[in-house]
Amino acid sequence: MSLVIDNLSVARGGIPVLDGVSFALRAGRALVVRGPNGAGKTTLLRTVAGLQPPAQGVIAGDEDTIAYAGHADGLKTMLSVSENLTFWAQVFGTADIEPAVHAFDLVPLRDRLAGTLSAGQKRRLGLARLMVTGRPIWVLDEPTVSLDAASVALFAQAVRRHLEDGGSALMATHIDLGLAEADVLDITPFRAAPRAAASDEAFL
Amino acid sequence: MIALLRRDLALAIRAGGGFGLGLAFFLIVTVLVPFGVGADTALLGRIAPGILWVGSLLACLLSLDRILALDWEDGSLDLLATAPLPMEGVVSIKAFAHWITTGLPLVAAAPMLGVLLNLPGPGYVWLFVSLALGTPALSVIGTFGAALTVGLKRGGLLMSLLVLPLYVPTLIFGAEVARRGAEGSAVQTPLLMLAGISFGVTALLPFASAAVLRINLR
Repeated sequence: MSLVIDNLSVARGGIPVLDGVSFALRAGRALVVRGPNGAGKTTLLRTVAGLQPPAQGVIAGDEDTIAYAGHADGLKTMLSVSENLTFWAQVFGTADIEPAVHAFDLVPLRDRLAGTLSAGQKRRLGLARLMVTGRPIWVLDEPTVSLDAASVALFAQAVRRHLEDGGSALMATHIDLGLAEADVLDITPFRAAPRAAASDEAFL
Repeated sequence: MIALLRRDLALAIRAGGGFGLGLAFFLIVTVLVPFGVGADTALLGRIAPGILWVGSLLACLLSLDRILALDWEDGSLDLLATAPLPMEGVVSIKAFAHWITTGLPLVAAAPMLGVLLNLPGPGYVWLFVSLALGTPALSVIGTFGAALTVGLKRGGLLMSLLVLPLYVPTLIFGAEVARRGAEGSAVQTPLLMLAGISFGVTALLPFASAAVLRINLR
């Protein structure tokens, strides 16, 4: 259940962003992608998740193994917390949302409409969605945005448990998650040669 | 797939989902026409099939931008694209949910509104049949338009401009079925053409919608 990226080039809106990225993600390992704003972390993760084709290079891995979580949580504001989770569980063909609800401390919130949650609570619900997908490879883009310290710890715990179960995680993040065992990949050296003006456009 | 259909229906019915908006719009348009045209019942009866068809087409158009735009805004479209559902299935289900929440109420309400326009007696059955056959095509074509413009800010007007010309064949044959039905003449030819359009777009257009959606998500 490993993911091997070989000599990958990615482009955003036709402008090359990263060139020659190679890494391997093995079962039970976590890889943290680092780089300044606009370096191409989001584009890299979207390409790995299969949302856009690579400009060049190979992404080798089994099909349907990746669960992607982007900047937006994909929550429906008019559905309750448990309805949101149940929907994704059904889409991914799993049944049990209980472990996810407990892991992210959502028990007291389960009947609240997602629209009434705070930003951090929404993020926790978005991350809980990863657990109900039942997929082995988590691809996470800035998973800790708007989380408080306690929630970051909950998240780190969930990731650690996922790794122990033989899963793996690819994360783009700026803060320290307290996952000492995670490998770090700095993508700054891979920036494409005719460097496009660093802008936040890649995140819009 | 069933889960997606159930979620879309639940969202349409809950606050802010827009369920019934199309129907209310249809009602108002149909009520306004006699005010504009005057109380000439013979004239109203003659134009009734066309008015009812144009009204339901516009009512359908009104809710098209909700099909995919909301899912794109909150990021669920990205997540659905990485889910095990095929994109063709997702857009088909979305079109089907749109038809249930918009097309089906229109089909049910149109005969009642026919009374307001003095639709001749034999026309009711054919109006109902033509709308029941034609509105699925409106939803499927509309989903294609929504897929083309997803992600564009203020894409609604552009989508109307793209979608309305594509609605022309459905409108011509649908209104023709209802008109001939009202006059009591043979309806076979336009009915078969309408059925052909409906089944054709339902079978083929989801592939096109899925393809443009994949490109738009990049």
